[in-house]
Amino acid sequence: MELIEQANQNALRRLLSADPVLVDVIPASEAIPALKNHMILHSGPPIEWADMCGPMQGAIAGIAKFEGWATSLEDAVQKATAGAFDFHPNHHFDAVGPMTGMTTISQPLMVVENRKFGNRAYCALNEGLGKVMRFGGNDDEVLARLAWLRDDFGPAFGKALRSGDGIPLKNLVARGLSMGDEMHQRNVACSGLILRELAPALARTSTDNETLAKAFAFIGGNDQFFLNVAMAMGKSIMDPVRNIKGSTIVTAMSRNGTDFGIRVSGTGDQWFTAPVEMPEGFYFPGFTEADANPDMGDSTIIETIGLGGFAMGAAPAVAGFVGAGAASDAGSFTRTMSEITTGENPEWTIPGMDYLGVPTGIDIRMVLETGLAPTINTGIAHKEPGIGQVGAGVVRAPMKCFEQALFAFAESVGVK
Amino acid sequence: MSNPETKNLLEEKLRVINIGLDTFAWELDQQGVEVVHVDWSPPAGGDTKIGNLLSKLGT
Repeated sequence: MELIEQANQNALRRLLSADPVLVDVIPASEAIPALKNHMILHSGPPIEWADMCGPMQGAIAGIAKFEGWATSLEDAVQKATAGAFDFHPNHHFDAVGPMTGMTTISQPLMVVENRKFGNRAYCALNEGLGKVMRFGGNDDEVLARLAWLRDDFGPAFGKALRSGDGIPLKNLVARGLSMGDEMHQRNVACSGLILRELAPALARTSTDNETLAKAFAFIGGNDQFFLNVAMAMGKSIMDPVRNIKGSTIVTAMSRNGTDFGIRVSGTGDQWFTAPVEMPEGFYFPGFTEADANPDMGDSTIIETIGLGGFAMGAAPAVAGFVGAGAASDAGSFTRTMSEITTGENPEWTIPGMDYLGVPTGIDIRMVLETGLAPTINTGIAHKEPGIGQVGAGVVRAPMKCFEQALFAFAESVGVK
Repeated sequence: MSNPETKNLLEEKLRVINIGLDTFAWELDQQGVEVVHVDWSPPAGGDTKIGNLLSKLGT
């Protein structure tokens, strides 16, 4: 259909012409004025407390205690069960969050501005690896780190960014791809690159060497520091692609540990959901599949913009880490994803694949035609609250989401 | 009635193109038969309702 081809070309143009810049770190209450006390934003499509998985409930208990809305984790669970908190998806507030994706009023959020279209997107700071809230961790160590991010690191990071014109992200990601990152399970290069960009401003705006040293050590010691930056970037890129009549391009993929949801440009902000699948991958010593929680997080915005599993060819080291096969197999994941996308990104290329542009613009028609579901590189959380990450792997988006989306899309353009 | 092109099919060295189920290609390969496998499946996994919609929507 001509309408669809034109709409998808328009969508691809908007996607590729984005100009994302990391401009600030500000309290969530300032970034998202609609965010109020007792409101908790989570990853994935909408979900109620009773349907949430263990890590999600664990994170909610932790964040409620952190915000002072509960005196203990047990008190938080009782209050949540009694309906004391309002739950909403991050995606409904221009935000994204990894794994459990907790966003609440006092947390510092990174701000990425898409200067081509003027929109902004938000994501909390990456907490590091191991026992962290995004994997359901909620003990005193986890809450103390969140307090440091809120009181020290976040304000220092924001002040440094405001002292300049922000950090343009498109070229930084292009360099990261050439250095072996795919921006979902490998962010080693981009975390180093952004530290290099940020360090002079942090040093210039800091008044305390000890705080400065701690900030450097935190970024330098966290190979996934850039993940949350990339997620806010992804959201800022995809939001201007929403609501293009006749477009079959996916604008969001997200999961809450119970359901996987997608949004499609031509059907607006409607979610199409199906039960989320279990990742297949490798487990840290002492853990097995029996410990794993089904997939979760808004981080699939990374694949939605053509990175992560779609850019596996750029990151052969990741193929082994997520249990996707040999390093030499990495390119086949990228080539396969080219069969379900409407174009390539000429600015984000993979040197090891003769500078192939990453596959960009997932078309629900191509997914269903080929039977090839989007490949997602993901972390694996323990199914019980409070334990944290137990492995990493690959998961596929459920085909049912795309089937529902196709029926709704067909109706939207009057096709039966 | 026999087609002259196929008359000697089983007497000559077989070169096979297998389309779809890869187990057929694997079996032939195990017997030393030269085989090229084409990874193919019906559009929409054979779901006619979705297949019909896809054809109307221009894939």
